[in-house]
Formats: sequence, structure tokens, C-alpha cells
Amino acid sequence: MTTDLKETHDPHEETNGVESTEPMLTGLLGEFADVTGVVEAARKTRSAGYKVWDVHSPFPIHGIDAVIGIRPTILPWLVLIGGVTGASCGFLLQWFCNTFDYPILVSAKPMLSLPADVPIIFECAVLFSALTAVFGMLALNRLPLLYNPLFKSAHFRRVTNDRFFIWIDASDAKFDEKSTAEFLSSAGATGVERIED
Amino acid sequence: MASVPTTEFIRIAEQTEGDNTTDDPRFRAPLVTGGKNFAAVTETVANIAERPAPPQAWYVAMGVSLALLGLLGAMVGYLILTGVGVWGNNQPVGWAFGIVNFVFWVGIGHAGTLISAILYLFRQNWRTGINRLAEAMTIFAVICAALFPGIHVGRPWLAYWLFPIPDQMNLWPQFRSPLMWDVFAVGTYATVSLLFWYVGMVPDIATFRDRSKSKIKQVVYGIFALGWNGSSRHWHRYERAYLLLAAIATPLVLSVHSTVSFDMAVSQIPGWHTTVFPPYFVAGAIYGGFAMVIFLVVPARELFGLKDIITKRHMDNMAKITMATSMMVGYSYMTEFFIAGYSGDRNEAFTFHNRALGPYCWSWCVMFFCNVVAPQVLWSKKCRMNMWIMWVVGICGNVGMWFERFEIIPESLTRDFLPSSWHAYWPTWVDLCTLAGSFGLFMTLFLLFCRYLPTVAMAEVKTMLPEAHAHGAHSADEKRTDYRPDEHHDPDTDAPRFANR
Repeated sequence: MTTDLKETHDPHEETNGVESTEPMLTGLLGEFADVTGVVEAARKTRSAGYKVWDVHSPFPIHGIDAVIGIRPTILPWLVLIGGVTGASCGFLLQWFCNTFDYPILVSAKPMLSLPADVPIIFECAVLFSALTAVFGMLALNRLPLLYNPLFKSAHFRRVTNDRFFIWIDASDAKFDEKSTAEFLSSAGATGVERIED
Repeated sequence: MASVPTTEFIRIAEQTEGDNTTDDPRFRAPLVTGGKNFAAVTETVANIAERPAPPQAWYVAMGVSLALLGLLGAMVGYLILTGVGVWGNNQPVGWAFGIVNFVFWVGIGHAGTLISAILYLFRQNWRTGINRLAEAMTIFAVICAALFPGIHVGRPWLAYWLFPIPDQMNLWPQFRSPLMWDVFAVGTYATVSLLFWYVGMVPDIATFRDRSKSKIKQVVYGIFALGWNGSSRHWHRYERAYLLLAAIATPLVLSVHSTVSFDMAVSQIPGWHTTVFPPYFVAGAIYGGFAMVIFLVVPARELFGLKDIITKRHMDNMAKITMATSMMVGYSYMTEFFIAGYSGDRNEAFTFHNRALGPYCWSWCVMFFCNVVAPQVLWSKKCRMNMWIMWVVGICGNVGMWFERFEIIPESLTRDFLPSSWHAYWPTWVDLCTLAGSFGLFMTLFLLFCRYLPTVAMAEVKTMLPEAHAHGAHSADEKRTDYRPDEHHDPDTDAPRFANR
């Protein structure tokens, strides 16, 4: 889960007055040169029984969700709720303003004429669902997260360019610095890096 | 796998000097030419922002744009300090340049949303090369559009009355008015377009962050990149959010210009009161928007070295959409004329007679030539491949669409039911300078965007490269059902064609 990155400890919490000289190992980062390599390695990582791990890539890799076992996000349901809320708010706003709080009679038309309310109901539904889609996605992804120990790695800078990474978190039950590093190398990583925090 | 025929196609394309516009159904034409890999795509796009100085043409364009922007500021200031009397608006022509410019600029934006949302839902992969530029164009066009109703209200310091804000007068806006629908439609459109643009840009801003050498750039790009780290779980939700936004923006883009057309269609003026307006306005908006995209992309791909990413195939496809929508617009003109005569309504018939043969017939001719006649050259592939011709057609589309709104809005008002209330309309110098100034605002924003933000959706373009797909046994790709009728036999040799697959 995304919590893998969040669960790494805050260094200030750790030290608590005492100067810590030893940074904590938060996990291992395996670097891969191409999509095929990282997908194969991801498949092996999953079968090896790791639970707290992730694949990082410059673009969404087609089919990686099934390889890692990512379950579908609940985002569409949130957006549906957002849309329904928006439509209701759009209707209530118009009813409150023009029918309830300050009724305006125009050309002897009904005080509450639904057809005239449709455009604004629609626009509010769209507005609320779009806001939910974006902010819901950010919230589920725990973004913005401006501090991340991964960003200390110079190699990791290429994750937004042309390199692919597998991250295995130190909190994983199967994690062992030596054997996990060997595992990543054997899975085809061109380099394995310790990430400390 | 798909990669073999694509590579073969690239080889063929290279033999024909990078021409990826031929349609051979056996191959998928490459969307990125020049044999670029992931790093080369990043390099090409990031180079625009990272090079020490932009090309000289950028400075020239920026100088002109800033001058026009200054003009806009002066004109708006003059208008606010003096009053709308400085414009040519009169009685009965209460709506003129202010509303024409508003409708023109909102319309321009529509191509951006069409490219980013509708083409996404239709899986038109070529959109990835141009969607960022087009979305940016949308945002800036909507900013220009939003300016005009604000300064048109007469007392701009009371423009907030447009919004349902509780006040001590206990007055609310009249929601049964199409003008209120417009406030919500354009407000929603601006917000959703901005979200779409920004969300699409987050991974690319992260690329800029990771490549930046200076601390300031790292911090600024870093903040806007929101800590993006390319996690697959993030991508999963991100892609879903993007799909949802596309699905939401699709009906939105069709509704916005429909709502704008209601401003006219719901009234009773001959020439305005027409049921064909919503689809007619939407087709016109997309046509005008594509004309603007072509107008901007032709120099941009040249100046910033984007020819391998915004390839000839992209230009070809845009030309075809421009031509198709131009013909929809032409069809709407014909329908309007036919119905005006066929309806037997004398006022309606007079209005249309007056449009084509009255005192403003020159503007009707400009509109008809630019929107219906000029784009016909795009039937010829030679013309679609000639960037100068494309650019001129782009300019024509903008001019024509502006005149279409001029045709509809002030001109219908000059001669309505009662001849005693007729009055001609002519813009003042303030009107003309404000229009020119709005182009300054638009171009300034666009040039700044080109220099400082990722002009191409790098992450999306990378997914279009053949190496973005994993080789070997995996279920997702095996389910592909691409129809390749000639897969097993070559018609010439009758030998298995892709034996090496």
C-alpha cells in the first residue's frame, strides 16, 4: 500500500533530544533498465512473498496492476457520491434562492420550474465530480508528500525519465537487508541501493 | 508482438523520410518518429525549459504580446474609469464586441477539451503529442473569455453579483436566466479544464523537478509536483482519475457552448431564437479551437524542435478534424438559411437576407469564405503536409469564427422587428484595441507556458513508444484482439509474413 512510504519513521521523532548518528534503513531500491525487466522482477517479487513493496515507473505500465495485485480503487464510487451531491446542491441552491428565500415571479411562470434548473444542476454535478476525482485521487495517494527518503537517491531521479524501480520496504516481514538485496539482483536489477532516513 | 511490425514500420517510415502519415492497415504507424526512446523524449521536451535562452522568435513574439497586453490593460482601465459608453454599443445593439469576444474565446477553448477528453475516450493515441498544448490553450482562452462579461456589466466592481453570494440586500441571482447558466457553465468549465491540465502535468513537472540543477527550480517544481514518485499504486489511481475526468469533461464540453448559445437562443430576436444553436455552436467552437491549435502548434513544433513528437501525422489528423468540423459549420449555415425561408416567418427570413446581402454583407462573406471555403484545401494531402498552408487555414478559422459571432450577435440586434428602432453598429477604437489586447493576454500566457512548463505530456507520449510494453508471456497483451487479416500470408510471396514473431 502507499502507507509503505508513510510508515518510515520521522527522524526527529527518533532522535528525541539524543543525537542519532545512525540513519535508519528504510528499504532497498532495485533499478531496472526496461519495462520487460521490471515486470518480470515484479512478478518474482510477488511470488517471493513480499508484501510491502512497490514498482516505480516514469509512466503507467500496462498490466502492472495485475502483476503487483493492485486492487481497483474506490475512486469511481467517491466520484459518484460527489456527482450526486453536486446535483443536489445545484437544485437546492436554485430552489432556496428563487423559490424559498426570495421568490421571484417572472412572467407568471411557476416558482419552481425544473427545466430551467437543469443546466445549473448539470454543471454543479460536473463540478463536484471533477473536484472529487482530483482531490480524491490525491488523498488516496497521500499526496502532496513533499518529503520522501526516496528522493535522496540520485538514481531515483531517473524514475521520472527512463528508469524503473522496485522498492522493498524494510517493514516487510520477509525483509532482510542481505537476502533481499540478493533477491533484487537475481531478479535482474542493474543496481540495488540502500535508502536510509 | 506488436513491437515487431511497429519497428518494421519505423524502418519503412525512415525510408520515406519520416513520413508516418501513410495508412497501412498491417502496421501501426509510429506516433514518435526519429527513433526516440524514453530518455530522448524527456530530453526533447525538457530542453525547451532548460536551455539557457529561448529562440529569438520567442522574444519577438513575447515583445509583441506584452505590448498588446499593455494595450488591454489601458483599454480596460479606460473603460472602467469612463464607462461602457467608450464602446460602440448603442440602443438597440446592447451586446457587441464584449459578448462577441467572450463567445469567441470560450469557443477556442473547446478544441483543448475535445483533444484531452473526447479523443482520450475514443483511444485516439495521437492526442498525447498535442494534448498539453491544447489544454493550456483552453485555460488561457477561458481566462480571456472570463474577462469580457466582467467588464461588460457596466459597473465591474459589482460583477460579484453574478455569483450566489449572500448579501445584506438579501438579493439572489435569477437562476431562470441563461446568463446565470452561463456563469455556472463557464465557471465549471474553467475549473475542470484547470484540474485536467494540472493533473495531467503533475508527472511531467516531477520530471522537471528531478532534472533541475538550481535550488529555486527544484523547490518550485517540487511543490507543484506534489511529491510525485511514479509509484504504481499512484499511477493506478491517477489513471482512473484521469479517465473519470475525461468522462466528466466530455458532456461538459458539449454543454458549455450549448449553454453559451442559450444566451441567444432563449431570447426572441430573429436570428437568435433558433433551436439549431447548441449543436451549431459546439461544431463551430471545435472548428475554431482546432484552427487555433494549428495556428499555435505549427510555429511551436518548429521553434522548439518538437517535430518528432508532434509529427506530420498529428498535423494530418488535426487537418482532417478541422475540415470535418468546418463542413458541419457550413451545413449549419445552410440549415439556418433554409429554415429561415421555409418557416414563412418574415422577420426570420429578413434577418438572414439581411445577413448575406445587407449592410454587413462583407462580414458575412469573410465568415463564409474563412469557415467554409478555405478549409476545403485540406482535402489535398499536399496542402495538409504544407505547414504554411495549414497555418494560413488556422488563421482563416480564427478570423472566420470571430466574424460568425459578429454576424450573430450585434448584427441580429441592428435590425429586429420594428424598423423605427433599427440602428447600425460600428465598433470604436476602444473596442478594436480591447480585442487586439485580448490576443496579447492569450499569447503572453501561452509563451510563458511554452518556456517554463512541460509543453508535451511526456509520460503519456512514452506509453506510446513500442518499448513501453513488456515482452514475453503475459496475459494482458495476449488478450489483444487487433485485427490483422494479412497476418499469416504475404499477398506477394504467399509466405508467412511475421515468421520471426
